[in-house]
Order: sequence, then structure tokens, then C-alpha cells
Amino acid sequence: MHKVYHTIDNLSGSIITLRAEGVKYRELAQVTSRAGTSLAQVIKLSGDTVTLQVFAGARGIATDGKVRFLGHPMRVHFSDSLLGRAFTGSGSPRDKGPVLTDNLIEIGTPSVNPAKRIIPRNMVRTNIPMIDVFNSLVESQKLPVFARAGEPYNPLLARIALQAEVDIIILGGMGLKYDDYLSFRDTLDESGALSRTVMFVHTASDPIVECMLVPDIALSTAEQFALQGKKVLVLLTDMTSFADALKEIAITMEQIPSNRGYPGDLYSQLASRYEKAVDFDTAGSITILAVTTMPGDDVTHPVPDNTGYITEGQFYLRNGRIEPFGSLSRLKQHVNKDTREDHRTIMDAMIKLYSAFKETQEKQSMGFRMTDWDEKLLKYGMRFEREMMDLSVNIPLEKALDLGWQILADCFNPDETGIPSKLINTFWPKK
Amino acid sequence: METTGKIVGVNGNMITVAFDAAVAQNEVGYACLEQGGTTQRLMSEIVRIRGRLADMQVFEDTRDVQIGDVVSFSGNLLSAELGPGLLKQIYDGLQNPLPQLAAQCGFFLQRGTYLDALDRDAQWMFTPAAKSGDRLTAGETLGTVPEGIFQHRIMVPFAMSGVYTVKSLAPAGPYTVTQEVAVLADADGHDHSVTMLQRWPVKLPITCFAERLKPVDTMTTRIRSVDTFFPVALGGTYCIPGPFGAGKTVLQQITSRYADVDIVVLAACGERAGEVVETLREFPKLPDPRTGKTLMDRTVIICNTSSMPVASREASVYTAVTIASYYRQMGLNVLMLADSTSRWAQALRELSGRLEEIPGEEAFPAYLESLIANFYERAGLVRLKDGSTGSVTIGGTVSPAGGNFDEPVTQSTLKVVGAFHGLSRARSDARRFPAIDPLDSWSKYQSVIDKERVEALRSILRRGNDVAQMMKVVGEEGTSIQDFIVYLKGELLDAVYLQQNAFNDVDAATPAKRQQEMFGVIEKAMLADYPFAKKDTARKFFQNMAQAFIDWNQTPADAPEYASRRDAIMQTTEEASRHA
Repeated sequence: MHKVYHTIDNLSGSIITLRAEGVKYRELAQVTSRAGTSLAQVIKLSGDTVTLQVFAGARGIATDGKVRFLGHPMRVHFSDSLLGRAFTGSGSPRDKGPVLTDNLIEIGTPSVNPAKRIIPRNMVRTNIPMIDVFNSLVESQKLPVFARAGEPYNPLLARIALQAEVDIIILGGMGLKYDDYLSFRDTLDESGALSRTVMFVHTASDPIVECMLVPDIALSTAEQFALQGKKVLVLLTDMTSFADALKEIAITMEQIPSNRGYPGDLYSQLASRYEKAVDFDTAGSITILAVTTMPGDDVTHPVPDNTGYITEGQFYLRNGRIEPFGSLSRLKQHVNKDTREDHRTIMDAMIKLYSAFKETQEKQSMGFRMTDWDEKLLKYGMRFEREMMDLSVNIPLEKALDLGWQILADCFNPDETGIPSKLINTFWPKK
Repeated sequence: METTGKIVGVNGNMITVAFDAAVAQNEVGYACLEQGGTTQRLMSEIVRIRGRLADMQVFEDTRDVQIGDVVSFSGNLLSAELGPGLLKQIYDGLQNPLPQLAAQCGFFLQRGTYLDALDRDAQWMFTPAAKSGDRLTAGETLGTVPEGIFQHRIMVPFAMSGVYTVKSLAPAGPYTVTQEVAVLADADGHDHSVTMLQRWPVKLPITCFAERLKPVDTMTTRIRSVDTFFPVALGGTYCIPGPFGAGKTVLQQITSRYADVDIVVLAACGERAGEVVETLREFPKLPDPRTGKTLMDRTVIICNTSSMPVASREASVYTAVTIASYYRQMGLNVLMLADSTSRWAQALRELSGRLEEIPGEEAFPAYLESLIANFYERAGLVRLKDGSTGSVTIGGTVSPAGGNFDEPVTQSTLKVVGAFHGLSRARSDARRFPAIDPLDSWSKYQSVIDKERVEALRSILRRGNDVAQMMKVVGEEGTSIQDFIVYLKGELLDAVYLQQNAFNDVDAATPAKRQQEMFGVIEKAMLADYPFAKKDTARKFFQNMAQAFIDWNQTPADAPEYASRRDAIMQTTEEASRHA
């Protein structure tokens, strides 16, 4: 029924071109050669010349390889039997489970109508004060963790995933080290969360095209669960690998690069994935936590930079701590007004003072004499870092707020904090 | 017979079409896609013609398009529908009403579905204003219909050139937008039927007014650092560049709420959907401080968020400015906010890349600068043909890559705007909001306070900043007490006047009158001489002042403590400058 083509004209990277007719844009094809069989997707049509991106890479594909067009775009299986399973970027099993071929859904589907979205309203409690107090995570939020390679971002993701109250966890791994994949699996397994988890993992040794598919598969699956009324948390790590895969393909396609070799549509590509985060009016929700490693710890690098403009805030992970500066949850004001009346004030006051502490610390390191005020700030800063910022601190929001007042009271007089008198009267700990 | 063509190439959202009869640059066509027995029509626009091949950008996802698919050309440029009923609407970049789309298609946007921008069944009470026999030109009023709190003028369609004689006018009564309300005869005696609905190609400016005037009056936004230090004029242009997280969108949201204008057109162009949702869910509930109606009654939202098709992102800013200009023709003051123009520029870059044009700086097309200039030039204060005035003020955010203002979009924008509100990462990191940098920003417009007085305080800020820089090197002990006081003054001005707490109902919005009063108080505190001997005493004093100011800022103007808190601050200033 589907015609088979036997002549491949050009091969370059993971891109092949051939002459064929009646092909649809974004259609899937099967490429068979000595190297084996792989799926491929149409990425350009020009007259009767068809350009395909081969998922497994073009290595070993012969000029007389067989290409059979399948007549449909990329589809994956969806059902509850996904739970507890692990797959590759093209949807084939990574564990020893069976191949799932029924009940197929398309991936990379249109975006949600903005008129059907609702204002996020539920806080996701993580028991990490740097998140709960200062930058609350909100259901349906899309939030990246910006970190240098080597920071403990994957354990942080796993911890948030386990402590957050969600129905389904979907892990999308891109360029993941095999060990990291195993530790994710083990962590989830030990806490019994594996049975509500689906993993789509592209490891560093897998073909690059599969890396590009991971977010789409993970998010389309998440979308189906959310439509069934489930609260879904999607973990994507690491989106920089995804962007690098885009870059690789774009360069092979001889596209004009825009910034440091990345294609001009990097923003739109990232946005169409992140924007899948949603709270459906009458169904479930998708919350996205992603890792974006910053090459050279440089936030102005195109990937973190474009990401920051798309996501609803970001967490900076530096030296194993979530930095208060730069870290931001844009949705926090939707939820932190209803927690406790002092939440916002504590949040602002403590950060302002911590910023003053940083300046003092700089002065100190240059050998300037410390005034009384400086001494107070130094004392405060140390306690703040030890009792609030440290990632090992595991306390609920209310306890963290009380702790905040206590630290302030131990270090300052009320009028030095810039807190309105009304709240001072209610909350300032009496000695 | 309509012109058709056949698709010969597909690359992303760009299709190449071989056509058989005359087509025009920027003409709209529809790619017809057979699928399961039904035909999907995907809207596209010609962006380049070479020989018998036209390159078209498709406003939708191009999945499943095949070589040989038919494209039918419409003969029209991309146009917006103008008429009563635009207010309160939420459109995508192609002017599809999103709520109606949701009612039809559910949660997800479905490609190839296009709905009428204006409700064809709604009836509007038409009152004729012109008389039979009147000789009118494009943009002059035929009659009016009430739309919310406004008298919506039904005008001679803007596309009609020359002088027309009114042959007949419909009597007062209810009409739909497609019913004839007037018949106009041109110079040759041909009759033209006019309805309340007219179409205008979005990429062309509407110029049916008598003359353009120089923008003078301040458009107050109730943001102190804007109104006092970096004001915007009605009919002016301004831009807000800033790195992510610096508060561009919050600033625009506040402006859209409190700006002293009749109508606000919001173009959410390639930004987060969540931000638009806040606006569209909250505006119908928030009261308009000017009229007591809801804010939604004076708002039009054009919403083409980042995951929606890129080509219609480019169209969205033009659709928005066309609607803004349409209401200007009714003698109204319209504010158009575009968030963010960088996304629009990126859409142009994607298009240019697919066309394989020779790239300019950072791969942006070489014509970017002139497109940006043309866009901002569509703002302006105008005198209409009936002598009344109307204005379009344009405020655009810019999202420079890496927060670095030396990039093409920011630089091209700065050349053509009248005010620059540069947001700084340093300020937003220190939670100093709004993060408008008081040293780098500028404005060429009139403030709510006299220029000299503003300059006097700005110079204190500047000197305070110099001292702060110096202190980083020589330390506090190496700084003289005089300099140290200047530094503290600068910090105080920043903390209590420039910074505003957007979450406090009172502090979030300061009307012009209160700003003038506040300015008087802070000015006194700034210009006073404080003979403090010790730095710690000085610091203590300014900390107390800041506390007193913040308490006052958060006191409603009609509260009993209002006056006493103000007087207390003045008294403290006076005492401190006298004693010690």
C-alpha cells in the first residue's frame, strides 16, 4: 500500500534527502538499511525532493536504503499501562516491558486556547523554605532550575517530585548520563513513587534526534493524563541538551544561525514546549520543572536567556543552594496572599536585608572597618544562610515564617527592618 | 474567477506556491488541505514573489501539507474588521475571537478555524449625525452608536478616497454591523453602500485626520517614577527594555489599569499565556478608576502568546495598532501596549531566515530598523477633521537577549521613542520595584512636576550613586559625613518615592495630585541640610524617615492619619536640620 523508495540522494549528519511523491509535511517514514531500521520524519519538501530527519542517525544508511512512508505524523501509545515504565525518545521500551502499539496519540499538538486557561491558585508545598517562603511553586507553573553542570539539580528535582502532592510524575530525560537515569529510577522506586511515574529518557549515548522528541512525547502524554483530571508534574532535564540537539539539526540543515549557532526560532521552539504547562478549567493540570544547565555559568547564554523569558520565573542553584537573588516565582503572588498575612512581608524584608548583608560582606572582604550596623548584618546573613538557604532544611511554610521572625528579632531592632509597624506589633517575637 | 496556485515546497511555516494569474505582495491566500474528506483552509500571506513562485508564510501549523495542494488567493491584504463591538473582545493575532473559538473547538486551538471578529447578530442603536446632501470625506462621521460608555462614531470608510455626497441615511434605530446605514455617491455619481463594518489593511497606517500635533499633556500612570521622573505624553511613544524577571509585564499591567486614557489595547505578542489570562480573568472584575465601570469595558486584548503560530504573532501588533487608530478617529485617547516587541522582531527573524535573506546583526533582517520606526510612528496626537483631538500612545516592552541593551531591537527602538524606561537587573535583584533605572532612563515629555525641581532631585540620586560607588572602594570610614548624607538622601528618595509596592492597594497607584504633594514633602527632606556629626546617627535618622514615609505611602488619602503622618515627616525634617 505505501510505496517503497530505494534511492537516497544525500546523507549528512542525521539528515537524508530523496525523491518521492505524495509525501505530507511532518509525515513519518521507516528507513531500513544495513544498519537496521529507524523511524524518520519529513522536515522539508521542495518539489519532489523530500528531506528526512532519521531518528537513529544516518550512520550506516546506504544510498540504496529502503524508505517507506507511513502516511501519519509521529504518534505514541497512551494508556495507564505507561505507568511505571521507561521509554526512549522515540517511544520504544527502555525497560524489559512489552512494546505498546495500540491507542495512539499524536505528539506536538496545538496549544491551549488562552481563553480556556484559568489563573493558577494552588500552591505546591515543597518544604524547602527557599521555595515555599521566598518563591512559592504553583500548580501549572513552568519553572526551570538554572545551574552549572555539576550542581545537584537532579536530586533536587527528585526531592521536589517526591514531596509535592501530584498524581502523576513524568520524567523527560535529555542527554542524561546513564547513572543519572538509574538514580532517578532508584529514588522513585525506593519511595514507592515509580508506580505513578512514566519515564522518557534519552541518554547521552542515544541518537541526537531522539533527544529532540523527548519533551514532545513527555508533554503530550502529560496532557492526556491532565485531560483525565490528573495533576501531573513533568520533570525535564536537561533542556540545554534539547536546545543543543536543535542547534545540531539546524546547522546540518544549513539554516542561518542567529546567536552562538542556535537557530533563530529557539525561543518559539522552547516556548511551544513550556507553554504546555496548564491548569484546565474542568480537568487536571500540568506543572513543569525543568533543568537548564548554564554553559560557563553564564545566564546570558542563549538557552537560559530564552528560557527565562518563557518560564514563570527560575531557580538559581549555586553551590548547592537556591540563590535568593535572581530566583523568582512569577506566580507566587497568586498564592502567598492567602497563606499567612506576614508571608509577603517576611519574604521582602529578609531578602532586602540579605542583599545588604552581601554588600557588607564585600566591604569586609576588602578590609574595611565594620560599623555596628555591619556587624548586625553579618550576624543576620550567616544565620540566614545556615537556617534558611541550606537545602537540607526541611520544614513547612508556617514554621519557616516563624523562624524568619526569630532570626530578625535576634539580629535587629524592629525599625531597622523596614517592616510596617502594624505587622511588627503582631508578629515581632517578645523577648 | 479566483486566482489559485499549487504548493511546490514546504519548509516550516513557509510554503512556496506556483501561481497562474496576478497576485500581490502581502496578499492573503488559503492553503487547502484535504483531510479525511473535509477541507482545512490555512490562512497564509505572500511575503515574496520570484517569477511565478510566491513564498507565503502560513499563520498555522503546516503539518500534513503536501506538494500539489491548492492555494486560493483572496485578492485582499491582511485586514482587520473595524466597527462597534471591538471593546471587551479577546482576539488572537488574526482577530479571531478566542472565547468563541473555545466555545467551538474546546480546550485546544484548532487550525483552519476562522470566525468573524465582530458579532454579526448584535444590534446597535444607530443615530444619524450627518444629513442627506452633506459632502464628506473618509473618516468623517455619518452617525453614532453607543458602545459601553463611548459614542462610537460610524464613519465614512477610511479606504474611500475623494469627496462623497450623502445620498441617504438610515433612520435612527437598531442595526447589525452588516446592514446598510448610508448610501454615499462619489464624484462620478456612483453609489456606495456603507455599513457599520469596515475593513482596513493592518500594515498600513490610518491617516484620515486633519493634522498631527505635538504630544504635550502627560499621560498619568500613577507610577511615581514614571509620572514624575520619566513621563509619557498622550500620543507619545515609550519603550521598556529589561532582562527577564525585571518586571516589564507587571509594569505594563499596572499601566493598563491606571493609565489616564479612554481605551487600552493590549497586544500580548509572543509572551506567556498565563500573563494574559490574569488580565482577561481580572479585568472584568476590576473597577475602572475613571468611570466606575469595569476595566474590561475599555479594553481590547490581542493575544498571540508564545506557543501560538509565529506568523500571526507578527500580525498581532499590527492588528492592535489598527484597532487603536480606529478609536483615535473618534476623538478618544488610546493607549496601545505591546508585550513584547522583541518577540515580534524574532518572528521577523524566523521569517527572514526561512527566506534565506542575507542576515543583519544577530541574524535579524536588515529592514528591522525601518519596520520598528514605522510601527512607533503610528502613534501620535492628531486633530480630526471635525476639530476634536485623539491620540494613540504606544508603549512597547523589549526583551533584549541577555539583558544587554546593545542589541539591534533595543537600539532601533531607542532611536524612535520619546521615553525610555530601562529596567535593571541590579534593581530587581534588590527587590527595588519598579525596577526603572533612575540614572539611565530618560524622557522627552512633560512631567507632572516642574522640570527644574525634578532635575534637582535627580542630581541628588546621581551624586548619591557616585558616593555609593566610591564607598565600595574607600569604605564608609573613608567617606566624609557630607558625602555620606548625600548617599543616604539618594537611598531615601529611592526607597520611598521611586519604589512602589505593587501589592499594597494604596501605594500601588499614586494619582498625580498626591504625587505633587509627596514630591513637595520629599523635596524638602532632600534639600534640607543635616548637620549630623556621626554616620550612625545619620543612618538612624534616615531609617526612621523611610519608615515614616512608607507608613504614610500606605495610608489612604481619606484616612484620618493621612495629614498627621505627613506633618510628622515634615516636622522631623525641620527639627533635624535645625538641631544637632
